[in-house]
Amino acid sequence: MSEQEIDLKRRRFLTGATSVVGAVGVGFVLVPFLSSWMPSARAKAAGAPVDVNIEKLEDGQLVRILWRKKPVWIFKRDKTALANLLVQDDNLVDPNNLEDQQPAYAKNVHRSINPEIAVIIGICTHLGCSPTYRPEVGAADLGGDEWKGGFYCPCHGSKFDLSGRVFKNVPAPTNLVIPPYHFVNDSLIRLGVDPKAS
Amino acid sequence: MDNNKNWIDQRFPLTKVWNEHLAEYYTPRNFNFWYFFGSLAMLVLVIQILTGIFLAMHFKPDAALAFASVEYIMRDVDWGWLIRYIHSTGASAFFIVIYLHMYRAMLYGSYKAPRELIWILGMVLYIALMAEAFMGYVLPWGQMSYWGAKVIINLFGSFPIVGELILEFILGDFAVGDPVLNRFFSLHVIAIPLILVILVFMHIVALHTVGSNNPDGVEIKKNKDANGIPKDGIPFHPYYSVKDIMGVVVFLMIFSAIVFFAPALGGYFLEAPNFVEANPLKTPDHIAPLWYLTPFYSVLRAIPPMFGSQLPGVLAMFAALLILVALPWLDRSKVKSIRYRSWPYKVALGIFVVSFIVLGWLGMQAVTPLYSLMAQIFTALYFAFFILMPWFTSIGKTKPVPERTTEH
Amino acid sequence: MKTLLNTTLSAMAAMVISFNANASGAGVHLEAANTDITDQASLQRGARSFMNNCSGCHSIELMRYNRIAKDLNISDADMANNLMFNAEKTGSLIFSSMPEDGAKEWFGTTPPDLSLTGRARGTNWIYTYLKGFYADETRPYGVNNHVLENASMPDILWKSKQDKSEKEFNQEVRDITNFLDYVSEPVKLIRVEIGFKVLGFLFILFILSYLLKQEYWKDVKYGKWRAKD
Repeated sequence: MSEQEIDLKRRRFLTGATSVVGAVGVGFVLVPFLSSWMPSARAKAAGAPVDVNIEKLEDGQLVRILWRKKPVWIFKRDKTALANLLVQDDNLVDPNNLEDQQPAYAKNVHRSINPEIAVIIGICTHLGCSPTYRPEVGAADLGGDEWKGGFYCPCHGSKFDLSGRVFKNVPAPTNLVIPPYHFVNDSLIRLGVDPKAS
Repeated sequence: MDNNKNWIDQRFPLTKVWNEHLAEYYTPRNFNFWYFFGSLAMLVLVIQILTGIFLAMHFKPDAALAFASVEYIMRDVDWGWLIRYIHSTGASAFFIVIYLHMYRAMLYGSYKAPRELIWILGMVLYIALMAEAFMGYVLPWGQMSYWGAKVIINLFGSFPIVGELILEFILGDFAVGDPVLNRFFSLHVIAIPLILVILVFMHIVALHTVGSNNPDGVEIKKNKDANGIPKDGIPFHPYYSVKDIMGVVVFLMIFSAIVFFAPALGGYFLEAPNFVEANPLKTPDHIAPLWYLTPFYSVLRAIPPMFGSQLPGVLAMFAALLILVALPWLDRSKVKSIRYRSWPYKVALGIFVVSFIVLGWLGMQAVTPLYSLMAQIFTALYFAFFILMPWFTSIGKTKPVPERTTEH
Repeated sequence: MKTLLNTTLSAMAAMVISFNANASGAGVHLEAANTDITDQASLQRGARSFMNNCSGCHSIELMRYNRIAKDLNISDADMANNLMFNAEKTGSLIFSSMPEDGAKEWFGTTPPDLSLTGRARGTNWIYTYLKGFYADETRPYGVNNHVLENASMPDILWKSKQDKSEKEFNQEVRDITNFLDYVSEPVKLIRVEIGFKVLGFLFILFILSYLLKQEYWKDVKYGKWRAKD
């Protein structure tokens, strides 16, 4: 056999095939290593649904609940506050919730299942600070008469209304996120689980 | 493409390194089965570093948390069990590969001139690897980790006068506890791996300076053709790179079989008592180091305490390890390869291998009078191999070594 | 009086520990447990027996309820309603329902966690131990154990032993043993199967790499790198 008889085609094919199968193997190996960075069973257990009793929640009162290591606000809006949600569409970036920042069952003006009870993840959509609760209408430092109550982020000045919708001309780009939740009964909210499909 | 290569080559010797160490690095054409283990050792080192990096992301080097954090990896971390089993199997695989690699050197006289420095670097690597493995074994903080650490660290207490001081220095405490776990973690994860990588680099640089030995023990550089290429050499790449890839795949098949079908390997790779958390109040019924350290552990136990001190045993153990370094100078034979050696060397090497294996086996057993006696006999044989080597390598009739490598 | 009792009990606990060291190794013949980790029905029965008989005192605190539910094909609701006595959330670790102080007082020692007993002791040991109780009036609970001399545990399965046929009783013990074997290494359920796939893949890669090597080494055997003169 001489040099001329070397089958270059076969050689190229085998080199290619071995490389491709080897690369697929490397791909397989990557799976366990990358998966090990995902939330572990412990993290998932710690992020399990949280039950919150709202029996004693009064008008205007806000409670902060830790769910998946994030602050969740649960607060009760009175009639005035609900009415105020309807009058400032012009000042809002996304008054009709077009951005996918809430589950379908909260895609309404009050952004909640029960109009009075708001459930919102209290993390600013700008850079992750937690805005402060400023329900008082007409607060002088927040624009006086214009201010109908809402949230103010101390980090970069973003403002949101009482259903977590972002105002125009602030750094935060989108409305606050509504977490999945449902009412187990009138006074018990389960955070982290969608309502059962009827 | 070529332009890019030029751009790099003007700033970094990429092509030069590629040619010098792969494409135009000429390797003897007659490598056999034993020559797979060098590249496999590198592979295992890479596997250990990779899996180790990911284990360190979940492990807690804290006496109160370590044990549970390992089981956390085994249960709660996605695929953590696989990463852990690869790492624990890799530790044993490393030593299997290294022992076969060293045996190859003894079969074909690869430690002899001009390759003494490769051998010495290899021995330092071996010792560093033992330290690495031992410290890694302490980390899961099971009963065997704890008591194994206690026994091995206590060896350093046998030195006269300063023993106690050395002990407290190593322990950072008065017994094995959190400080040891914490500092072993640091050494295991950063310091020693760094040393290992540097030593491997030097080992390979030294090898590529003199070139590989081969099963015939002839120097291929003595016979070059008109272009200065050794007549018995072939370029490492592609010929040995494709051969080594095949070897790697075979190795991975055996390795995976252990990882998936028998990760504890009947207690040799993961010991049952190590699934009990460390308990300073209760020694396990029977403690032994992991299999790769047991030959030396046997030597330690074979030497009885003298003058009320464990020191002779400890010194014998270190001597058993360090005497390997002297091999290139103890071997007086003019011939490298076992193929052409005289019969006394073949017999002696056989006895040595048997002694090493028997000592390893004895090191795993509980002490009985018979086993103690056996350990003493085989310890004597182990040392006799080295002490008598200048004699038995210079007697007997060697076969003539061919000018060129033989084809098989 | 109470202190005296406590002292005695803890002294006995210490003895249990030291006896334990002697007893677990040589001497006792261990029966073959013959468990089969792929037998899911056995594992489910074992889980039920464990939760009913053992989990009152023994934790398996490295294990989560929902992991067991998932691995053994038990629905989360079933798990929560029938098997979770000591926790509210399915993601919880499985602790025992006994307060630690109480345990010390009642048994002289804290009942050990059983998460890893399957690996530390082996299935044969667990099986023989659970079957190894015999009457001994000198012991606080009137029973002693062949495998673990002076064990401080009562013969919790005595009623089963009495009511069931020997075959049924052996099967119940085997189920618990099987369950504990699973608990000690949950991934054992899947790793062998994955192993076959990995080996299959590597075998294909081996054939390719072998052919590749043979192809290139033609150069060395007959081609431009054949042995010259």
